[in-house]
Amino acid sequence: MLRIENLSAFYGEAQVLRDVSLEVSAGEVVTLVGRNGAGKSTLLRCVMGLHPGQRGTVELDGRDITRLPAHKRARLGLGWVPDDRGSYATLTVTENLTLPPTVGPDPWSLERVYEAFPALYTRRDSAATMLSGGEQQMLALARVLRMGARLLLCDEPTEGLSPLLVQQVGDLLREAKRHGVTVLLVEQNLHFATGVADRHYLLAEGRVAEAMDNSEVRSRERELLAYLGI
Amino acid sequence: MSGFAQNTFNGLVSGAFYALLALGLAVIFGMLRVVNFAHGAFYMLGAFGAYVLLSEAGVPFWAALVIMPVGLGLLGMALERAVIHRLTKLDPLYNFLLTFGLTLILQDLVKLRYGVQSSPYETPSLLSGSVDFGLFDFPTYRVFILGFAVLLCVAVWWVLTRTRIGMVVRAATERPDLTRAFGIDVGRWVTPVFGFGIGLAGLAGVLAAPMRAVNPLMGADLIIVVFAVVVIGGLGSIFGSVAAGFGIGLVQAWGEAYLSNFPLVSQTIVFVVMAGVLLWRPAGLFGREEAPA
Repeated sequence: MLRIENLSAFYGEAQVLRDVSLEVSAGEVVTLVGRNGAGKSTLLRCVMGLHPGQRGTVELDGRDITRLPAHKRARLGLGWVPDDRGSYATLTVTENLTLPPTVGPDPWSLERVYEAFPALYTRRDSAATMLSGGEQQMLALARVLRMGARLLLCDEPTEGLSPLLVQQVGDLLREAKRHGVTVLLVEQNLHFATGVADRHYLLAEGRVAEAMDNSEVRSRERELLAYLGI
Repeated sequence: MSGFAQNTFNGLVSGAFYALLALGLAVIFGMLRVVNFAHGAFYMLGAFGAYVLLSEAGVPFWAALVIMPVGLGLLGMALERAVIHRLTKLDPLYNFLLTFGLTLILQDLVKLRYGVQSSPYETPSLLSGSVDFGLFDFPTYRVFILGFAVLLCVAVWWVLTRTRIGMVVRAATERPDLTRAFGIDVGRWVTPVFGFGIGLAGLAGVLAAPMRAVNPLMGADLIIVVFAVVVIGGLGSIFGSVAAGFGIGLVQAWGEAYLSNFPLVSQTIVFVVMAGVLLWRPAGLFGREEAPA
């Protein structure tokens, strides 16, 4: 579904991604793990079309989208879940959910979102930034599900969440996967990653250092945790 | 007491002009991150256009009230497409210089043709005379301006808070990149929003023609205060700019009435208020600190 080939990205003079190539098939959940500064978030931003300094190719369903602006990529079915949760202070919770147009074949209705997230329903007319961190994370995920996005780009959705909420995020991603949604996930929490994902890429200094499956990550958990410095 | 009511009323009327101009500046800044220095010049063109339409073509006030905002709004959109949008990716200073230069060009073009003398513009007959409010009576035209401006501000507020267009404009104003990532072509909204802001300035100009001296520099005098208003309200804050517009109109009117023995104080009071507000709230009364990009 998603194919990245020889992707390099720059911040000014500094190169943060070096010839990254990877693939995500339809219906897969794939994580990007790596230390802070390894280029994980930049990679997601490149796929979304939000990073100006890049070289290489990004393909979606065999179509080259490298030159496509972000809003057109979203309309092809990309769902953006940014690391800061992307809540708008000047929009209510409902407006945050309904801002993006629906882009996929199977969008969640607003009723379904509110049924699944009663907390969001109670706060539906509040400014989104008045929600707790966990609620804002749910809002960010609910928003891309309501869009009906086919490929979710999630940047550390479990960061700073309580174990209970982490589990809820996991349930949500697994349910999305059951409905055929593809997910590319930046994640530091290896336990969480192996619980939701099919495969993993380890990024180090802007390169894909290793591609691993779940059993490999589990058997090398100690070594990887030590490497990631967690 | 009737003196106080008089001063308060006059303050609100000047405030109405500040609010309309500041509102336009705020939506433009929010969407384009451009501080439009030419805003005062478009206000002047609105007033001058109404004057020229009436004196040279016999077009009445009511027609000018529609023709000038629409015409200037279109001119604004053309300018945005032709020059301003080329500079939005650069340092804000470039657009600052560009719009300042535009101001000088527009002012001098008008000067060249009509000179610097003020031209009189007759109050439309329907709005001449005064309205009796029991204890006091106010000029009908000023009552009209106040009502019209309040109505317009409420309408803009309604569109911004209650419609899908308003929601998109708010989202794009707050976080343009994020909004693009949600499938919204932010760029498509930039030109109409700029034109709308300019149209508001032109409208304020037409409204000003019957009660202010119509001359090429009328916008330059006013815009300095309007910038203070925008800063006090919070750069980019729609509600803040309107509230601060009326507030500053009042402060100025009261200052002139009750501090008339201290002309220096009454002339600078707006800027004293601005300095005080900035010390207390650096982002302005209703402004938010810029979110990191």
